[in-house]
Amino acid sequence: MSLTYHLQVVNLLAALLLLISFAMLSQRRIIGLVTLFAWQGAALALSTAIVAWSTGQHHLYYSAGLTLILKVIAMPWFFYRLVKKLDVDREVEPMINIPTTMLIGIVLVIFAFNLALPISQMSGTVTRSTLGIAMACVLLAFLMMITRRKAITQVIGFLAMENGLFFAATSASYGMPLVVEMGVALDVLVGVFVLGIFFFQIRETFDSLDLKHMEKLKEH
Amino acid sequence: MTESSMTQFPDLVNWAWAGVLYWLVLGFGALLLQRQRRLLTSLVFPLGALGALFMAGVGLVGLVAPPSAVILPIGLPDLPFHLRLDALSAFFLVLLGGASFGVTVYAVGYFRNMRAGPLGLLVLWYHLFLGGMVTVLLADDAYAFMVAWEVMALSSYFLVTTDHKIPDIRRAGFLYLLIAHVGAVALLLCFGLLQGGHGDYTFNSMRLAEMTPFWASAVYLLALFGFGAKAGLVPMHVWLPEAHPAAPSPVSALMSGVMLKTAIYGLLRVTFDLLNVQIGWWGTLALALGLLTALYGVIFAAVQSDMKRLLAWSSIENIGVILAAFGLTLIFYTDGKGALAALTLTALLYHALNHAFFKGLLFVGTGSVLHATGERRMGKLGGLIRFMPWTAWLTLVGALAIAGLPPLNGFVSEWLLLQAFLLTPGLTQPYLNMVIPVAAASVALAAALAAYVMVKFFGVVFLGQPRDPALHHAHEASWPERLGMIWLAAGCALLGLFPAQVIDRLAPVVRLLSGQTLVNDGNWLMLAPVSAERASYAPLIFFAVVAVVLLLTFVWVRRIYHGRVRRADPWDCGYPEQDARMQDTAEGFGQPIRQIFESFMRVERERPDPFDRHPRYTSASLDKLWFLLYEPIARLASWISDQAGRLQHGRIQWYLIYSFATLIFLLVFVTR
Repeated sequence: MSLTYHLQVVNLLAALLLLISFAMLSQRRIIGLVTLFAWQGAALALSTAIVAWSTGQHHLYYSAGLTLILKVIAMPWFFYRLVKKLDVDREVEPMINIPTTMLIGIVLVIFAFNLALPISQMSGTVTRSTLGIAMACVLLAFLMMITRRKAITQVIGFLAMENGLFFAATSASYGMPLVVEMGVALDVLVGVFVLGIFFFQIRETFDSLDLKHMEKLKEH
Repeated sequence: MTESSMTQFPDLVNWAWAGVLYWLVLGFGALLLQRQRRLLTSLVFPLGALGALFMAGVGLVGLVAPPSAVILPIGLPDLPFHLRLDALSAFFLVLLGGASFGVTVYAVGYFRNMRAGPLGLLVLWYHLFLGGMVTVLLADDAYAFMVAWEVMALSSYFLVTTDHKIPDIRRAGFLYLLIAHVGAVALLLCFGLLQGGHGDYTFNSMRLAEMTPFWASAVYLLALFGFGAKAGLVPMHVWLPEAHPAAPSPVSALMSGVMLKTAIYGLLRVTFDLLNVQIGWWGTLALALGLLTALYGVIFAAVQSDMKRLLAWSSIENIGVILAAFGLTLIFYTDGKGALAALTLTALLYHALNHAFFKGLLFVGTGSVLHATGERRMGKLGGLIRFMPWTAWLTLVGALAIAGLPPLNGFVSEWLLLQAFLLTPGLTQPYLNMVIPVAAASVALAAALAAYVMVKFFGVVFLGQPRDPALHHAHEASWPERLGMIWLAAGCALLGLFPAQVIDRLAPVVRLLSGQTLVNDGNWLMLAPVSAERASYAPLIFFAVVAVVLLLTFVWVRRIYHGRVRRADPWDCGYPEQDARMQDTAEGFGQPIRQIFESFMRVERERPDPFDRHPRYTSASLDKLWFLLYEPIARLASWISDQAGRLQHGRIQWYLIYSFATLIFLLVFVTR
């Protein structure tokens, strides 16, 4: 009985993840985006921990802990500092206006659910029903990367996508082997630092973090 | 084969690859000795030459020894190198060793003044090139073959671009590399078809594979294209006239004399050994392409005014003749005329061997001229026989040989080939019977024009008066250079004087490929293919008669004129002043050919204005195929890449959309 109860909680958290993804799509301010990203990480860590508890997969505890430390504490803190230092809180108008983006997002969610249906039938995990949500999160994060102009939002989109992938791995097969997850976590951490350095360089070169300036780099 | 003969030649192939290893050690050792310029030229090159001599020796033994094979566990895991030495490989080893010995001895003198840094690299590429060519000949699986083929192509590319600081040379090198790789792709596909889906790339399994005529034809066409690109078959010949003038002369000599022959080797190997069906029209195609190449090459050779470019075009002509012989062999072979196929095949192999010697000799000859004068344009040379008699006389031997004059070697192979053509009226296909005389006439025309080209080459460069005052300071070639040229010239003479013995040596190769051998109806002195009543040739007797007549004439003239010599100014035709500018020039000599065959070429002239203070007249005969075939292809390629370039906006969002669309597409595709 307790398994179904846990499952309910995981499903609730999954719905929360999807909601946060949509919220990120509609968020214009970068600080707000970072906060949402932290909340998404928290939901992810919690759901992973519950899955670990209910199925007895102990390595998922480590994954949950890693997620908590990296994505809820370290990276948001790093981004807060970065945004303050670079003074880029105000996001300009996204490339496509927000309502249209939301509509495209809904289409993507339907697509992701359709897509996940045959796959989740093959999977033997109790959490398989959330696979569609996980894929929707990936696609929505990708959509956010496409529609935003600032370099920082791109990076946050990228990290959100990683969240979605992580969730997909947890729900479809109780996570990846721990070694892989550690590797991915390290990659993400290093990637964020490297990109942070890039931000400063881009700003120094173009006096802005707007990616449209990068078009000048094209070879003619 | 019997037990005793197996033990008599224990693992000949091991000696061959040991030779390759020796060259590699020399080449990489040269990198360590980079600062020691004198050591590089006066030690490493002679040692390399010894390796070449050793290879020729291995080849000579290999001609009579049974095939030997070895598997070397080098390269990728589970993909060892299969090496095998049979009569065909052995023959080409002799060719390679013989020609490259002379060229390498020559290189001792040629490179002595080169700067130390580039010299070390050049020595490395040079020996890698030699080793690559030998490995091509030894390879017994497609993997080893392609690796060796690429080593050969790349090392020769670096040799061609030795003077890479000159833009024209870089351009020539690129063209060579491009065509070499287009050809290599065709070869890769060819071997892919040959293995027939078994995944076993050894030549042995290819020999056993049964092929339908359709796929066999595809293999043949790919081989003809791939090897043709290396050999310089029209229309893939464009790299030759660019790369040969760009490369240092010994390298040109090796590339033209030996490397082009590896393509002929490959074609023979694939067509007669690996494929077990042969179809008649293959021969007709090769014959037609070969004749086209021969005529195209010789016509362009006649209008060149750069001596190395002239020789490069002449190489195209010779490859054309060899390919025509190849086509004729195929025609005879598929028609069941084994004896005639053996005759043509003998002519083919003989000509390949001859070309290695005389073209090597001519190229190194131009190298000496280039070193002595710093000039490649024939319009600035002339009268060099007085300043460099050794070079001139030795080059004359090569020129006479390539012109196909008895008693030198060029005559023998062309004579054999024409004999084969004359024996054709016996083919079962009436159309071929009608067309073959035309083909024979084309070969004769090409041979005659080749003689014309050589008169031009030798006459303009060595005879007459120097066209430039600086030529009076031209110095004779150094001793190593002379020795190298003497070796090559001696090869031309011996191959011409002892054809019966050479043909005996060729017999195992011919038997291996065509199943029959050429029966020499004559004796050791006299060569008589097919039957002595029809035609025979005794070069030693011919030579003796020519020599005796010459001697008698000389003595007689001296006797008669002795004491009756009256010295006076010659009649000057009303031109009291004569200078070097009044001589026939290279352009002038080629003028009739250019008039007759103008439709083949695009002539660009620059005529001076009547009021021009410094009048200049230039004319260049350009290859029309370049404009008709290559430029459209280049334009198409750049158009396609322009279209592809439109995808690049420089906007990250667009790039993200590309990957997003790909992701969605793949997801839909996977779950379908």
